[in-house]
Amino acid sequence: MNIDIRITGEPLGLADCLDIVSDTACGGINTFIGTVRDHTKGRKVTRLEYECYESMALKEIRKICGEALSRYGIKNILVHHRVGVLIPGDVAVIVIVSDGHREQLFDSCRYIIDNLKQKVPIWKKEIYEDGEAWVSAHP
Amino acid sequence: MKIKILAFGIVKDIFQSPRKELEIMDHADVATLKKVLEQNYPELKRLKTYFIAVDQEYATGPEILNAQQEIAIIPPVSGG
Repeated sequence: MNIDIRITGEPLGLADCLDIVSDTACGGINTFIGTVRDHTKGRKVTRLEYECYESMALKEIRKICGEALSRYGIKNILVHHRVGVLIPGDVAVIVIVSDGHREQLFDSCRYIIDNLKQKVPIWKKEIYEDGEAWVSAHP
Repeated sequence: MKIKILAFGIVKDIFQSPRKELEIMDHADVATLKKVLEQNYPELKRLKTYFIAVDQEYATGPEILNAQQEIAIIPPVSGG
């Protein structure tokens, strides 16, 4: 395994992800788990609806992972993103990097999630008790 | 020429459809497409920003369009 990318409507399991990156040759694993918050700017969030332009999203995630591999000298990257309807507490994204020094592991993990949030065509709509809004759509 | 446009997120709401066909002059570039879209759908101008993707790659403006490409509107992304 080198780069494992998945966009799925199924719940994400951390244990499964760790199994995929498991590598006895590596001395460190860094994980970022993005979860659904139950409030935004004082409004209670009841659920999120994620949608995705899948062919382009996979391409963009692949590019980001490729950049991270060459920039940080790490060996393995896993990025799994869930789409569909999620409720507070659900895991929306898991990023795992392994094999490298811990500085590179922390930096590369941050690089991947920061770039994913900026470039990858995935969108979420927040549904509140009293309305809904596409996140970040308007200034 | 007639081009097909994919819409996602808030743009799907603006179009009231996940895809639209649009008549645009032959050899139009991406910047021209944005102008035509904004004339037809002024709400696009109220977005924080939006990009056009051509064949699953972000376009910057001068790219020449043809009817065979996969053209998509990418409103501000919010994954993660």
